[in-house]
Parts: sequence; structure tokens; C-alpha cells
Amino acid sequence: MAELSSVDWSRAQFALTALYHFIFVPLTLGLSFILAIMETIYVKTSDEKWKKITQFWMALFAINFAIGVATGIIMEFEFGTNWANYSWFVGDIFGAPLAVEGIMAFFLEATFFAVMFFGWNKVSKGFHLLSTWCVAIGSNLSAFWILVANGWMQYPVGMAFNPDTARNEMQNFFEVALSPVAIAKFLHTIGSGFVIAALFVMGVSAWFLLKKRFISEAKKSLVVGASFGFVCSIFLFFSGDESAYRVTQTQPMKLAAMEGIYKGEHRAGLVPFGILNPNKTLGDNENVFLFGLEIPYALSILGNRDPNSFVPGIEDLVYGNSEKGVVPMQERIDNGKLALNALKNYQLAKENNDTKAMSEHRSILEKNFKDFGYGYFDDAKELVPPVALTFYSFHLMVALGSLFFLLFIVVLYLSMANNIEKFRKILWVCVFFVPLGFVAAEAGWIVAEVGRQPWAIQDLMPVGVAATNLGAVNVQISFWLFAVLFTALLVAELKIMLTYIKKGF
Amino acid sequence: MFFGLELSGLQMYWWLIVSLLGGLLVFMFFVQGGQTLIDSLSKNELEKSMLVNSLGRKWELGFTTLVMFGGACFAAFPLFYSTSFGGAYWAWLAILFCFILQAVSYEYRKKEGNVYGSKTYEIFLKINGFLGVFLIGIALSSFYSGSHFSLNEHNFVQWQSPFRGLELLLNPYNYLLALALVFLSRVLGASYFMNNILDEELKLRASKAVLVNALPFLLFFVAFLGWIFTKDAFFMAENNEIVMKPFGYFLSFISCYGLFAVLFLVGLVFVVLGLWLNIFIKARCGVWNLGIGVVLVVFALLASLGVQNAFYPSLSELQSSLSIKNASSSYYTLSVMAYVSLLVPFVLAYIFYVWRAMDRVKITKEEIANDHHTY
Repeated sequence: MAELSSVDWSRAQFALTALYHFIFVPLTLGLSFILAIMETIYVKTSDEKWKKITQFWMALFAINFAIGVATGIIMEFEFGTNWANYSWFVGDIFGAPLAVEGIMAFFLEATFFAVMFFGWNKVSKGFHLLSTWCVAIGSNLSAFWILVANGWMQYPVGMAFNPDTARNEMQNFFEVALSPVAIAKFLHTIGSGFVIAALFVMGVSAWFLLKKRFISEAKKSLVVGASFGFVCSIFLFFSGDESAYRVTQTQPMKLAAMEGIYKGEHRAGLVPFGILNPNKTLGDNENVFLFGLEIPYALSILGNRDPNSFVPGIEDLVYGNSEKGVVPMQERIDNGKLALNALKNYQLAKENNDTKAMSEHRSILEKNFKDFGYGYFDDAKELVPPVALTFYSFHLMVALGSLFFLLFIVVLYLSMANNIEKFRKILWVCVFFVPLGFVAAEAGWIVAEVGRQPWAIQDLMPVGVAATNLGAVNVQISFWLFAVLFTALLVAELKIMLTYIKKGF
Repeated sequence: MFFGLELSGLQMYWWLIVSLLGGLLVFMFFVQGGQTLIDSLSKNELEKSMLVNSLGRKWELGFTTLVMFGGACFAAFPLFYSTSFGGAYWAWLAILFCFILQAVSYEYRKKEGNVYGSKTYEIFLKINGFLGVFLIGIALSSFYSGSHFSLNEHNFVQWQSPFRGLELLLNPYNYLLALALVFLSRVLGASYFMNNILDEELKLRASKAVLVNALPFLLFFVAFLGWIFTKDAFFMAENNEIVMKPFGYFLSFISCYGLFAVLFLVGLVFVVLGLWLNIFIKARCGVWNLGIGVVLVVFALLASLGVQNAFYPSLSELQSSLSIKNASSSYYTLSVMAYVSLLVPFVLAYIFYVWRAMDRVKITKEEIANDHHTY
């Protein structure tokens, strides 16, 4: 096996942190609203049982929240430690949402968190309920700004490159904050968090019903979980559809990898289930799939809202398709090299106070800037993301999401009929589906992040340039330190959670 | 844009905000200081739990202030963020490790099934309290002592030491601020306990801890001031060139019509008043005096550093040093962020309100012994 470079270790370290972080965050996002709903019922009905139920789930929330915070801070600072060049190149834009998150959301969450946990006997009922809602809103607002930042990396807008400082500078804050890619990403991500929390509440409640303990509390929780999950699944479906549409419009290579399309076509079909041919390589005539089911027209509808439209494949994007106006990657690589060269010449001309040359080089740079990042590559094939990982992750996420929706319908129906405890198999399914929610969310992030490789910022900066100039051994050591620490903390978290759940309401 | 301020005005505005956040962060180190006192101030498990719970209701504010400090630096001075964090890799990672340990320790310490036992989490809190603050002190001290780095034509950092920030530990002057901060955090922690816990015995012990830690704090702090006020500064000349200037930090400190010096002195008076209230009167309000004083002192020192000097100096290539002029974001971004900063008073207001609402009822032995929802 080839030795991993410093860049690869940095990627691995960031992926490790992000994957661990996203074990805890989605549950926080969804559970915070479920808590707020439960406590609202308690305040409205003054039924002490609802207070007990709220406090039970709140304790589980707190156990999970602590480790989410710990991994979250690492992610913020890793942009600086491991992606220093990136932090300079786009810090003028990227830093803003992170700072806004701190001011607007994180303080809200952290301040009212203390009231939510320790304020039961210290503040009024109304103020306590307000605090719980503030935590829910703060957590999700926090996710919004983080996903604005992430959305911008996938689809950079609202900025211009300044050759004097060799960085991108923000031109329109609202274009960044309200980018359709960021909004779609935010809605889909919080939707997934809500569904995970619903599955969690349902799974734990089902376990109590199976054990014939805390029947009343568990049934009440089950109804809240299933109702919340049902509504959020519908929301998740529409936000997922919107996300896929945005990916098609802004990151066609990612979509091609998600769907395993090598040759583009009109009236493209969607493969809901397929096994990729491992021998398939770019440009050969091998079949893409060993086995695949296809829904005709569906991908054209999903990607372009038009059943007859053309969806480009990986080969169209790499080699170009003049008929469909797809520029070959090699042309973009050449444009990128022109841009990079123009920047270098601009800086030289500036040193020599040659204003005429500065103007000429600046003009070349601006003309080719949209392909700036391509200039760092020599071979177009380097611009293809890992297809198999992206494809399988995407399909796993969609398949699990569909199963969750079905489960919510069944559980909600049986709960309404008030005989859910008789269907023990369904209850066991609820229990076993708890980890699957997390698997689906992680798969979603793999699609989003692996599917955009090799870019740190789409079309502008590859990961190899974005990384800090560090010796591989440094990142290797820090990677393993993080891996050991996060795993140790995860083990503790799971054990504490399970012990707490066993004790019950 | 933002109330008609020019770029230089906005750069200054943001440096003042970062300085204020720095001041608030140092005040919030009372949590870290308190963590280092848990064993020495408690005589039994119940008292220990009282101390842990007292801090456990505030630790997130300190954590959030640290995140905010990082976020503000990223948004307002991205070149500092990329240079320092990417360059001094191990220094910052060590700091981060200390803070990961803190984040889980309160919640997990007393929970059943916490795998590693409560003692482990208490050690984590101590690591965070001692090492976290110490390393942040070392990192802040490098604002005066400098680091070995240069920037290439794309402004990408080239760190010159293979130790990636750990070499800062080889400069004995950096220890002055680091140790001053460690002892200050312990003073603040003890003072906070006096305010937050309703227990006479604990109060007396905490008062003694204030005295015991105030002396070394003052010693190291005065030594730190002596060092920075007598050393050459990385001064920013009129043409933005960085030159070495004898007594430059002191001259910056007394510039702006002595505004920073006045703020510093007012802060110092509050600090002394806080110490006096805690040590001799055993009053609960000492922490507020100390808090106001610490914020003012740190603010004055940091603000005066950035006004005329490179706040992140390079020892390898003088002109790679970072000042608020060459490290800042663009005019547009600083303006937008300045509007966002108008939310800060609201944030401070609700924090103040919540703090008061929660602290109206002080922590007692009865509460901790009978409450099932404690840390």
C-alpha cells in the first residue's frame, strides 16, 4: 500500500472528526425539539408524568450534547491547523458564518442549556420552557451557519478574487447566507437529525414496551417519536429532492458518481439498486453495473425537473461533450494554468510597478478564474471522485430513509390503534433501527464530502493545495491521538447512555 | 458601510472586539482555575460535588467564549488564523485536547457506567485547568516574543521550526504570562466559589486560596509587564513596514492620550479591590470586582498591542509579521461582521439575566445531596 501523504492524513483526520461529530449532532438537533414539544405538553396539561418523560429524555440529550460540543470545537480549529492555506484563501468569506454562529447560536444554546438542566426548581415554569425552546432553536441555528459555510465550499458564490492579497473576498453576504445550495443542505441535514432523534425515541420506547416496563411513559414517547418522525420524513424527502437537484446544477460530477453514470443520456433513468462492476474504468466499454434496476426518466426528472433532459456522465465531464456544451476537463486545466500563471505575472508586474502589465495579467486572470483550481492538475482523471464509495453511500442513505418512513407510518398507525405492544416484531425492528439512523446520516455526509473530491472549494481549490504545509508524521500522530480519544469517549458515552436507559424513567 | 468607518477604523474596531473577547475569556478562566482547586478546597465527596456542580453550570460559557474568540479571529483576521493555527500546529492541538477533555468531564464524572471512573474525569478537569490555561498563556505570550515563520507569495505560512509551536516552550519569557494566567485563574476560581456556594467553611478556605494564589499571580504578572514594557517592539512604521522599536510596547500602552493606561489602571484598582474584598472582608461580591478588573486589564494590554505593532511577529522574516492592517479581512467583510457584532450587547444581556436568575438561589449542601440531576 502506498504511504499516505500529509494531505491524505489531514483528510483522514478531518473525516474522522466530522464522522464522530455527526454521530452526536443529529441526535442533538432533533431531540432538542422533541424535548421542547414534550415540555410544552407538560406545561399545557400540568401532568407530572410529562415532566418525568421530558426529564428522562433531557438527561440522554445532555450525555450526547457534551461530546458533540467536544468534537465541534475541533472541527472549527482544524480549518486553521490542517487547512491553513484554505483558511487564508477563503477566510474572508468562510470565517464570517462561523463567527455569526458563535454570536447568534452557540451562546444561545450554551446559556439556556444550564437553565434547562438545573433550572427546574430555580426559575418559573414558563421561563424554563422558553429556555428549552431556546436550546432547540440555538442548536438548529448553529447548524444553519455551519451548513452555510459548508454549502459555500460546494458552491462558492457572492465573492471575487483579489490578486493583490491572493484570496477570495466577500462581495455579498446575503448571497452567501441564502445560497440555494446552503439552504437545501441545511434543510436536508436538520431533517435527517430530526428523523434520527425520532428513531432514537421510538427505539428506546419500544425496548421498554418489550420489557414491559414504564408502559405508559414509553407509549406516550412512542407516539411523539413516531409523529415527529413521520412529519420529518416527508420534509426529508422533499429537502433531499431539492438537494439532488442542486447537486445536478452545481456539481454534476458528484451526481454522476452518486448514480454511477459514465455516459450521459437524455431521459436518464435512476438506479435505485445496483451493483457496480469493479472492473469498470474511465473510457472502456465495460458495463457500469453487474446488476441494476432502473426507473426510466427518474434521474432526468430528479436532476433537471424535465423527463427529457440530458444528464451528463463522468466521461462527458472528463472528455467533454461538444454537442451538449460540456467543456472537456483538459480545457479547464489549461484555463486554470493560464489563471495561475497570470496571478504570478501580476504579482511580478506589481513589484516592478508596471501598471500596464498588471492590467493585462489581471484581465487574463479574471477571464479564467472560474477554472482557477483546475490549474493545479495535469491529468483530467484526477478530477473524478471515488465512484463506488459515493454510489453505495448514496444508495444506502436513500434506501434507509425510505425504510424509516415506512416504519414511522406503521408505528404511528399501531400506536393510534393503541395496540402497539402486541406487535413485538415491530417493536424489535424499532430497536434495531436506532443505529441505522446514524448509518444513514454518516452515509449522507460521505456522499456530500467524498463526492466533491478532489475539491476543498469546488473548482477553485483542491484539497492538496488547501492543506497546511506539514510533515506527514505530525498529522499521522495527531490522527491516531484523535482516533484513540474519540473512540474512548464514544465507548464511555454509549455505556453511560445504555446504563441510564436501563434505569428508565 | 458601518457608520462611515474607513478600512483602518474597522480594523481597529475588530481588534478592540477581539481584545474584549480576550478579556472575557481570561475572566471565564475562573472555571479552569476552579477545576484545579477542587481537591484542595474540599474535605469530603459532598463538598467536592458542590464545587464541581458550581463550575458545571458555567463551563459552557467559557467554552463558548473560546469558540467565539476563534471565530472572531477567523472572520476578522484570517491571516492570523491560518498562520498561527496552521503554523503552531502542536501548540494549538495540545490546547484543543485539553478542552475536549473538559467538555465531557462534567457530564460523565458521576454517571453510572462512565467506564473510566470519576477520578479519571477529575484528572481531565485538572489537565484542562492547569495545562489548558498554561498553554493559552504561552500562545498569547508569543504575541510579544514572536514565532519563527514566513509567508510565501500566496500568503501561505511556512513554519520554520520542526516542533510546530512547541518551541515556544523554550523561551523562558513566555512562562511569565503563562504562569500568571494559571495563578490568576485560581484566584478567580476561588473567588467564584465564595460567591456561588452558600457554605461558610468553604468560603473561608476559598478566601485563603485567593490569598495564596494572588501572591504568585502578582509576581509573575509584574515580571511579565516588566518584560514587555522594556523590550523592543515589532513596531508598524508609517509605511506599514515592521521595524524594531525600543520600549515600543510601553509607548503604545501610553499612546491614544493614555486611554489604555487609564483603562489598565482602573482595571487594576478593581482587581485590588476584588482581592481585598475576598481576602480581608470575605465578601461574596469580590468576583465581580475581579471580573471587571481582569476584563479591563486584558483589554487594555491587548488593544494597545494591536494599535501600533505587529500583533503576531515573525522572528524569521520581519516583514512577514502580522498586523491588524495586513492580517484583516476585506472592508466589506469587516463591515458586515461589524453589523453582526451589534448583537453582542443583547447576548451579554441575556447571559447576565440568566446568570442572575440561576444564581439567585446559591448552591448548598442540601441541594447537591438531594438533587438527582447533579454532576
